[in-house]
Amino acid sequence: MTAPALELKNVAKTYRVRQGLFGKPKPLKAVNDVSLTLRKGEVLGLVGESGCGKSTLAKILLGLEPPTAGEVLVDGQAIIGQDRLALARRIQPIFQDPYSSLNPRKTIADIVSLPLRVHSIGDAKSRDKAVRETLELVGLPARVLNTYPSQMSGGQRQRVAIARALIMRPEIIICDEPTSALDVSVQSQILNLLNALRAEFGLAYLFISHDLAVVEHLATRVAVMYLGRIVEEADVADLFDAPRHPYTRALLNSVLTPEPGLGIPDTQLGAAYPNPINPPSGCHFHPRCPFATDHCKAQAPRAVPRAGGHVECHLHDPQSPMYRADFTV
Amino acid sequence: MTQDKSKPLLSVRGLTLDIPLASGVLHAVRGIDFDLHSGKTLCIVGESGSGKSLTSLAIMGLLDKNIKRSADRLEFGGIELTKASNRQMRSLRGNRIAMIFQEPMTSLNPAYTIGDQLIEALKLHRNVSREVARARAVELLEKVGITAAASRLGQYPHQLSGGLRQRVVIAMALMCEPELIIADEPTTALDVTIQAQILSLLVDLTKQMNVAMILITHDLGVVARVADDVGVMYAGALVETGPAAHVFGKPMHPYTRGLLRCIPQPGKTARGAELGTIPGIVPSLVGDVQGCAFRTRCPHAVEACRNAIPSHGAPPHQFACVHPDGARAAEGELA
Repeated sequence: MTAPALELKNVAKTYRVRQGLFGKPKPLKAVNDVSLTLRKGEVLGLVGESGCGKSTLAKILLGLEPPTAGEVLVDGQAIIGQDRLALARRIQPIFQDPYSSLNPRKTIADIVSLPLRVHSIGDAKSRDKAVRETLELVGLPARVLNTYPSQMSGGQRQRVAIARALIMRPEIIICDEPTSALDVSVQSQILNLLNALRAEFGLAYLFISHDLAVVEHLATRVAVMYLGRIVEEADVADLFDAPRHPYTRALLNSVLTPEPGLGIPDTQLGAAYPNPINPPSGCHFHPRCPFATDHCKAQAPRAVPRAGGHVECHLHDPQSPMYRADFTV
Repeated sequence: MTQDKSKPLLSVRGLTLDIPLASGVLHAVRGIDFDLHSGKTLCIVGESGSGKSLTSLAIMGLLDKNIKRSADRLEFGGIELTKASNRQMRSLRGNRIAMIFQEPMTSLNPAYTIGDQLIEALKLHRNVSREVARARAVELLEKVGITAAASRLGQYPHQLSGGLRQRVVIAMALMCEPELIIADEPTTALDVTIQAQILSLLVDLTKQMNVAMILITHDLGVVARVADDVGVMYAGALVETGPAAHVFGKPMHPYTRGLLRCIPQPGKTARGAELGTIPGIVPSLVGDVQGCAFRTRCPHAVEACRNAIPSHGAPPHQFACVHPDGARAAEGELA
C-alpha cells in the first residue's frame, strides 16, 4: 500500500438553512462524519444521487468551503486554515461543464498558463514551454494556443480544462462529473486520457460521477454516499462484485447496460430521496430499504468492516440484532 | 422498420431539414425514412448535432421558421403533416401527439399549480367541465405513481422533486390520451435510480394504452432496454435501423459498433482497459454533403464511400454502408 495522498478524518459540513422568510434556521448536514483515504495513484470513485453531498465534499477538498468539523490531510499535513494558494498546487479540479468552466474571452494559452502566473512560476518563456508541453500531453495541437474556447468542441474544451489542472503538476485531481456533458465517443477519449495521465504521473483522482459503469471502469476504490454519509466503501471489484449495502445494490441495479431484452430493472427504491433538512431517524436509508425493520428506524448503524472496506448497515453488524451472517444482496 | 400488415401510425419518407446560414445551407436532416406502429417504441439514438431532436420537432411542426422542412411523406394517422394548416397542427399537438422534454422544470409553468396545468391540457382540446378534467388529472397522477394525488393539484412545480416533476409532465402528456408520445431525453436530467422508475413507467403506460412512442436519447443503455425498434442517427441520416435485439445483437454499421465500443460495459469491458474511440469529429453539414458522412472517421472507408451509399440488410434490419457486411468481416471480431 502506498502512502495516503489525501485523508479525510470525520469531516462534516453543516449549513444553516432558513425555511420560509421567518423560519428558524435549521441545520442541513451536507457532509456528515466522512472519513476517506485516497492513496497515490488511486482513483476513488464517489457515487450517490443528487443532493447526497458529493459536490460539497469536493468543495471542501478544494478549499472552497471550510468544513464545520474534522480534518483534511494532504500528505499527512492538515490543510484547514492553510493558504488556499498552497493547496491549489497540490489539488486541482476538473469540472463537469467545459462550456462554463473556461473563460470565453481568454485564449487557450492564457487559460492554461493562468495557474503558473497566479503562482508566479517561471518567466514568459518557460511558461510558454510548459503550456505547449501540457497541451501535447492532453492531445491538443500547438495551433490551438491562440484560439478561444468558442472555437473548440466539447471534448477539446475538456482537454483544455485537464491541461489547466495538470500544468501545476498536482498530486490530486478532483474530477466532478468530468464526462457527463460529453458525447459518448468523446467521453471514451477523455476517460482513456485520464487513465493514461494517472499512470504516467502517479496522480490520485477523486472521481465523482453518477455513471456507475464509468466509475466501475476507472476507479480502483469506490465510496457510496447517501445523505452526507459514506454508507459503503470498498475496492472496486469487491464493491461491484459483492455489494453489501442495500443502497449500493439498488444503485448497481439501476445501471442500464446496452443489452436488449433485459427490460428495465426494478430498483425497489419506492420513496423519493429524503429531504436532507429532515433526515429520517436511525438509518437514513430505512424509508427506501426493502429490508428495513423497526430497529433501523430507531438506531443508526455503525460502520463495520467488510471485504476491502466498510459498510454501514445493521444486516452486516455482528453486534446488531438484525445481523445475518449469510446476508448477500 | 417492422413490416406490419397494418398501416403505420406514423410514416416518414425522405424527411429533409435544411437551415440556411450565412455560410451556406446546413443539411441538418438528410432524407430519413421510418415507420412507427401503435403501441411500439422507436428509439432514435445519436450524438449531439446528429439531428435527432430536430426530427422530433419537425414531426410536431415546432421548427423555427427559418428551417426548411420537406418530405416525400410525413403522415400521422392519415393526415399529411407537410400539408396540415397551423390550426390543424395546433389541434394535434398536446392532443393526439404529446411531447415530453428533458428538463421538467422548463416544460412546467412555475406560476401555475400542477392542477391548473393538467386541467388546461385537457380543456384545451376537449369540451369537458373542470370537474371532469380534475378527476382525470387525479386519476393520471395516481397512474404515474404520485401519492396523495388530489392534494398535489394545488402545488407548484418548484415544490416537487425532479423525478416527481417529470411524472407530472408524463401525466400531462397523457391527459388527452395521445396516440403518439415524443420523448426527447426524458430522463437525462434525472438520477439513475429515478431514471429506471420513469422509464419503466413510460414503457408500462405506452404498452397499456397502446400509445406509440419516439424516444430520443444519446444513452445506448436506455435504448437497449426500452426500444422495440432502434434508429441510429449520424450527421442527419439514419445509418442503421432495426429491432433492438438485431441492432445490439449484430450491429452492422461501423458507427453503431464504434459507439458500442466507446462505453464501458460492466462484465464485458475489463476494468481500467483502454476504451474504444471514434477518432475525428463530426463533419460539417454545410454545403454539398455527398456519400457517407461517417467516412472521415471510419476505419473501413474506401473510395466508393464518396458516392451514393446503398442500403443493405433485409428488412426489418437495414444499414447504409458500401460494405455489404458493414465491414464486420474486416474487423474480424464480433463487436
